[in-house]
Order: sequence, then structure tokens, then C-alpha cells
Amino acid sequence: MPGIATAADVGSLRELSKELRVQIIETLVEAGSGHPGGSLSEIDMLVCLYFGGILDYRADQPDWPDRDRFILSKGHCTPGYYAVLARAGYFPEKWQHTFRKLGSPLQGHPDRTRLPGVEVSTGSLGQGLSVGLGMALSARLDGAAWHTFCMLGDGESQEGQVWEAIMSAGNFRVDGLTAIIDNNQVQQTGLVKEIQDLDPLADKFRAFKWNAIEINGHDHQQCLDALRQAKEHKGQPTAIISHTIKGKGVSFMELDYHWHGTAPNAEQGARAIAEIEGKA
Amino acid sequence: MGDVATRKAFGDALVRIGADERVVALTGDLKNSTHVEDFAAKYPDRFFDVGIAESNMIGVAAGLALEGKIPFACSFSAFITGRQESVRLAVGYNRANVRLIGTHVGIGIGDDGATQMALEDIAAMRAIADMAIIQPCDEVETHRAVDYLLEHPGPAFLRLMRQGTKAVHGEDYRFEFGKAEQLRDGSDLALVATGGLVQESLVAADELAKEGIRARVLNVHTIAPLDAETIARAARDCGRVIAAEDHNVNGGLGSAVAEAIAESGTGATLKRIGLHTFGESGSQQELYDKYGLSGARIADTARAFLKS
Repeated sequence: MPGIATAADVGSLRELSKELRVQIIETLVEAGSGHPGGSLSEIDMLVCLYFGGILDYRADQPDWPDRDRFILSKGHCTPGYYAVLARAGYFPEKWQHTFRKLGSPLQGHPDRTRLPGVEVSTGSLGQGLSVGLGMALSARLDGAAWHTFCMLGDGESQEGQVWEAIMSAGNFRVDGLTAIIDNNQVQQTGLVKEIQDLDPLADKFRAFKWNAIEINGHDHQQCLDALRQAKEHKGQPTAIISHTIKGKGVSFMELDYHWHGTAPNAEQGARAIAEIEGKA
Repeated sequence: MGDVATRKAFGDALVRIGADERVVALTGDLKNSTHVEDFAAKYPDRFFDVGIAESNMIGVAAGLALEGKIPFACSFSAFITGRQESVRLAVGYNRANVRLIGTHVGIGIGDDGATQMALEDIAAMRAIADMAIIQPCDEVETHRAVDYLLEHPGPAFLRLMRQGTKAVHGEDYRFEFGKAEQLRDGSDLALVATGGLVQESLVAADELAKEGIRARVLNVHTIAPLDAETIARAARDCGRVIAAEDHNVNGGLGSAVAEAIAESGTGATLKRIGLHTFGESGSQQELYDKYGLSGARIADTARAFLKS
């Protein structure tokens, strides 16, 4: 069971983010395809969620009924998600070598029927928050205390269904639900603000009757504080607008849409890892 | 007993099974038309109206299903089919035990006209792996189908009619999921029908019987998985098969029957009765006559087919 992170622990969470960033690059180089940008932007938040004492789970008992639920609605960002699930103990870390290969439980996009720890299969953008709302409503019907977290991309939030879910979750006053927007500013073919701007995102959530928190999603302390507030907030669902940088930690990937869905080759991977480890 | 619409029978059945606390119901502002309002009144905590937002309804239903609930998500079938991407991923790929309830199917809805007439829903649902498709033809069969759906493992689509239909089944009817029901025996021709076209086919069979033509009539209440064996047997025994449905001829029951016959190697010939175009406004009877779906028109098609 993960413990509540103390101030001293924030340093170790930062170290863990670094380690998992390296794994993301290694996995992508080996697979030869996949999505580095969003994996690198989401990783600090996921590390805080899974290892900062926020998400309640038992990796050796993935179906433990009282666990908190997490849905990665931006389902393409599996390298970061799988690195976290493996470190959490849902499956051996060496499984990451099979990513995207025939017969692997580590599908290109997460599949709940193949991989322990995955609650919902995702990959068509815009659907995860609706499913998360259904789960949170189920918990409320049962009087259960577990919480549902759903991570979406900012580009993903251009989908109409996302706003249908936001509208109904606000009206249903579902406080067992938290949306985390990995606001990494970049989508597949360019900048979000140039393709279809979403600003002001937090205000939009508030207008839809949500509690909204804006943070720097690469600051572990801010992530932890926001996640705790979200879990405790009553009477409304909470949105955490997590301001991040797509490709964070690898200078040549940062904010460059070309690294949305292209894997680094061996040479690029080595350079990326050297940067992450501070040896560049 | 007067004609009862299968959507009305569904609403009654849902209230009846509502004592089971796993049962929840959702709609997109159509609780009256889909007859889910009695359930909503009796079990308000387990009823969710997401507003006119069907994609979200389907996704929320999937989330509820993944947590062990049995959600009945109710809308016009045309609007559910229109959210095929949510059906495919949130329900289908997630193997969520969602029951998609699509009402107002086919030209049988009448006056409302083409935009509300689901003529593509069977085709769309057939293309999703492991999606069960059930279309009951009368009140009793609807009750039995809803009972069955309490325990069916996996996603399912229930296709319901707006208009009333005559009772085909008595209270002693036993619904067998995945099995076509033979209502009439005969070997001159087989009429393979689903939904309200079952009753029309029985009318046609009665007319033909007066002329000495013995038509076998099959009620295909389960379109997926299809009872290919019973259909192939009818093809072998009769040599000529007519598939009849209130749906576009492409991708629906007629296509499923064509596949079953072709794969059985019997070499029987097939005529598909259904829509080749979009529908239009009019009374059900006028539309069924115009588009060849009425009992009298099915009999005409059968006579011509037997001469060919």
C-alpha cells in the first residue's frame, strides 16, 4: 500500500518520475512506435497519483472492490501508464519489452481484458469521462467511498462527448469523480491553441458546475496537493487543469507535435535518456 | 387483447424486473417515448436522464455496467446507432453488460418520417463483435427477452417497435436466445422474418395457404448470434427463402440470412424484403403497402418468386 507522501517524499517521487521517463524512452525505442509526447507530460501526475498516497489500490488484488478507479481516457499515452502500472506491481516490468507486439497484454492502447490494473479500455478519444461518470454514479448508488479519477488530454477535450460528460457530472453533483486534464498544449498536428483553442478551460469547467484547480503538472508537490483536494471536495466533481509540456524532459521533443506519435530511434533515444538523467 | 407495442411491453417488463437492484435505466430525454418512465417513477435513484446527449448516455451506461450494474440505455434506435463509436468502444470492446434499447425502428413508426426511422441499426450492431441483437415481435416475447437480458453475459441490443403488434405468443411461450422459432411448417417456401414482419409474414402465409402454397414461417427474434442451422434447414427443405424485415436490405436480417444460406451450400434462392431507400411520412399501413412490407405485398412477392 502506498503511504501518504511527506515533503521529504517529494524528492523520491521526482526521482521516480525520472526513472520512469527513461523507461518510456526505452520502451518506445524497442517497440519502434508509440506516443512519447503525452507519456512524458503525464508522468509526474501519474507518479503522484499512484505513489504519492492518493490512489488506494492493491496491485496483487486488481479487483479489490474498495479500490479507487483510474481511467486513462487519452489511451494512446500507454508507455507512461504501463511504466507506472508495472512499477506499482500489477505486472512484471519486463513485460514492457513486449509493448505493441503480437500477443502482448500491453496493447498499443490499454485493454482491460488483457492487462491487470486497467479499468477501462480506451483509445477513441472523448469517451473515458463518460465511463468514469458511470463508475462514480455506481459507487454513489452503493454508498461506496472509492473515488474515480479520469485523465484526459487537452486536445481530447475538443470532442463533444467530453462536454456532454462534464455537463451531466456537474448537474449530477458527483463528487466521487475527478477529471485530470493533462494540458500539454500540443495535439497530433500542432498547437491546441492554433487548432481549436480551449482557453479558458478552468472557467469552462466552473461554468459547468465543477470545482476547478489549476496547477503546474510537473511540480510534484502541487500535483499531490491538488489530488488530495479533489478527493476531499464535496458536492461537486473536481477538474485539475494540469499545465504541462508535451515531451517534458527531452529538449528536442518539448512542445513539438512531431513527437506526438513517433518513437525515437536508438540514437535519439540515447540522447533523450542522457538528458533525462542529467548527463547531456 | 389489443395490439401492444414492444416498447410498451419493455417498459412494463423493466418495472417488473426493477426489484433487482442491479437494474439501472438511462435515457436521453426520451423517458416517455421509450416507456422507461414507469421505472423512473418507481426507482428514481436508479434512473439517469443525461439529456439529449446519447454518446454520454452510452458511456455512462458502460461505466455502470463495469461496476456490476445492469444498465438499460434507452433512446430511439436511430440515435443510438448514430453514436456507433461509443457503442463500439465503451460497450463492445469493453465487453460491458450494457443493454442498448433502440425504439422507433423502421418505417413502421409512420408519420414522424424518415429521420426518426432506424433502418441501419441491425447492420451497425451486427458489425460489432459479440453484440447480441434481439428483436421481439410481440408483448410476451418482449417480456421473455427482457428477463433473458438480466443474465446475458456481455453487450446486447434490443430492437423495439413504436407501433402495436398482434400477439403471436401465449403466456406459456418459452424464449430461447439464439434459436429461430418456427411458427408454421411448410416446404414450398420459407418466410424468415423479424419484429413486426413476423405478423405480416403470418398474414402472407395464410393467404398463400388458401392457394395451396405451404409456407414455413420462422421468427428470428435473435438476429445475432443468428440461428444459421435452422435457416439452412429451411433453405434445404424449401429451396426458396424470403427474408422480411423493416430495415434496409443491406446488412440486416436479409444479409444475415444470405450469408447463412450461402455458407450452408444448399444452393437455395433468396429474396430480401426490406427498404432500398430512406422512408417517409405516412401511416404504417400505407407505408407497409407502398414499400412491400405488408402481408398482402409479401404474398405477392412470394407468388412471383415461386413462378420465377
